[in-house]
Amino acid sequence: MNMGRESAPEYGLERFSDRIGFVTLTRKEIMRFWSVLGQTVTAPVITALMYLLVFAQAMKGRASAYPGVDYTQFLLPGLVMMSVIQNAFANSSSSLTQSKILGNLVFLLMAPLGAWELFGAYVTAALVRAALVAVSMLAVTAPFVTLPLHAPLALLAIFLLSAASLAVLGLIAAIIANKFDHLAAFTNFIITPLSFLSGVFYSVHALPPFWFTASHLNPFFYMIDGFRYGFFGTADAPIWLSLLWTSGFLAAVSAVCLWMLMTGFRLRR
Amino acid sequence: MIIPVADALAIDGVRKSYGNVQALDGVSFSIRRGEFFGLLGPNGAGKSTLINIIAGLVLADRGRVSVLGHDTVHDWRRARRLIGVVPQELVFDPFFKVLEMLRIQAGYFGCGRESWPWIDEMLERLDLSDKRNASMRSLSGGMKRRVLIAQALVHRPPVVILDEPTAGVDVELRRTLWSFMRELHGRGTTVVLTTHYLEEAQDLCERIAIVDRGRVCVIQTTQELLNRHPFRFLRLKLAGGAPLPESLVPLVSGEVNGSLELKLERDRHPIGAVFAALHNAGVAIEDVQTREPDLEDIFIELTHHAAPPRAAEEADAVPATAGQP
Ligand SMILES: Nc1ncnc2c1ncn2[C@@H]1O[C@H](COP(=O)(O)OP(=O)(O)OP(=O)(O)O)[C@@H](O)[C@H]1O
Ligand SMILES: [Mg+2]
Repeated sequence: MNMGRESAPEYGLERFSDRIGFVTLTRKEIMRFWSVLGQTVTAPVITALMYLLVFAQAMKGRASAYPGVDYTQFLLPGLVMMSVIQNAFANSSSSLTQSKILGNLVFLLMAPLGAWELFGAYVTAALVRAALVAVSMLAVTAPFVTLPLHAPLALLAIFLLSAASLAVLGLIAAIIANKFDHLAAFTNFIITPLSFLSGVFYSVHALPPFWFTASHLNPFFYMIDGFRYGFFGTADAPIWLSLLWTSGFLAAVSAVCLWMLMTGFRLRR
Repeated sequence: MIIPVADALAIDGVRKSYGNVQALDGVSFSIRRGEFFGLLGPNGAGKSTLINIIAGLVLADRGRVSVLGHDTVHDWRRARRLIGVVPQELVFDPFFKVLEMLRIQAGYFGCGRESWPWIDEMLERLDLSDKRNASMRSLSGGMKRRVLIAQALVHRPPVVILDEPTAGVDVELRRTLWSFMRELHGRGTTVVLTTHYLEEAQDLCERIAIVDRGRVCVIQTTQELLNRHPFRFLRLKLAGGAPLPESLVPLVSGEVNGSLELKLERDRHPIGAVFAALHNAGVAIEDVQTREPDLEDIFIELTHHAAPPRAAEEADAVPATAGQP
């Protein structure tokens, strides 16, 4: 068989495209969760709906903190954001940890892909999954819960900043983790508690002073609060503060993550 | 003016330690364009560590590597596009099918649809055509190995490094891989091979480096390497189980199936003299065979691994560093 051209092999580097590398990795990461949508989208949507059902029932008749907003309405944006947080994190962290443990990460590390390309691809795929979860939840609950839409741009901004931050945090966790146990510890001891203690189920104004202050140091609080503002136009913190916190948080975790990817921290030993 | 042509691989003072283990202890050599190069050494010698450093998977503590003149750290994007590495471990992504996996890998390297016919060609050549839509998890070890090889070649790299491609592979596939590697080499590709099958290295490689404990002990053409062994072996079966004449006893290096093997120094012990001694002692010969030393004899001598006592003693006469550039 004649393997390719008759002439000497072309060393010409111009035949390669940087863009294709990034696009391929992004598509691959999307295909990964797309092929198991039942686990990656349907399951979290059902879980969140259960919370909605149980809490709405238990808290029936109670007023929310905001005038004219009943408890179920108050709860839904928080639950959506909590699912966004958990799924954005799960997407990037489980994908990278799995590649690391199975050893197939070498295919990516040998490829001419830079820190920004790896970063961008994983974050984009996580954003797509988070958006899918959020939109599915809002669509499924639309017949029962009517939400106003006060500030769509702020809503979108908070969504993107929050989902991206968690995707980046997922990458950091996966880079540090050497086994699935480490990742589970990160999820169970950091992500889950912070997302529950962020005012999903209540207004932080109802908390004792210590917890009230503590909540204001939790970046997840601003994600949920800002998201709620997008719907109702009122929230526990002013929207500019939520945008500032979420942007600052994204910038901080991105700096750490990019530094790790650039230096090969724990990936290129 | 003549512009100097960069070597396919230039390795300069590379060191790497893992805790107390000095995996590479100052390795320097270069591999010319178009060479078929063998990297040999016992388990744990540091071959894979060196390959991983070349591939950018591991960062060296010290030293530099460049691929066709492109530094693997400072000019990593170009360097990586110019090499294809087949890893030693059978790693794979269980999520994808064979064809998907290869197209994705081509994509990582910045190759689009134009690389698809080449991928089909490789699948054909590696006998994987009927497995193109099989999931990676369903493949046997040998098939996974072939996919790994195809994966390393998706972007048609001019330099290809194969880390033990024939480990755990049956005879037929091994032959397929040999002719595949020869074809690659025939196209002008620089091929670097590690293997523990020394006859494989002897047949395929034009030049060989033997690495031991993180250092290069010797780097020579395969022929020079074979010639540097100043011995040849003579296997004798004596009629009627007669004893060997006293003068020949010190030359015995072993006994195989009732035949005695004598290790003869080329200059000092001409074969004629051995026959004369036998004749004078009135010993009749039933059968005789000579054997030229192969790479295995040289390998054992240089790395002192699994060396029979006599061979080890004589090996001391050959400085282990001889031939180092
Ligand atoms: N990630 C690692 N962590 C700790 N030690 C390592 C690591 N990788 C390699 N080593 C050590 O470095 C040395 C060289 O290993 P390497 O894998 O390069 O050997 P090799 O020549 O490829 O051997 P083999 O023929 O068995 O594949 C060994 O002592 C090994 O234990
Ligand atoms: Mg090895």
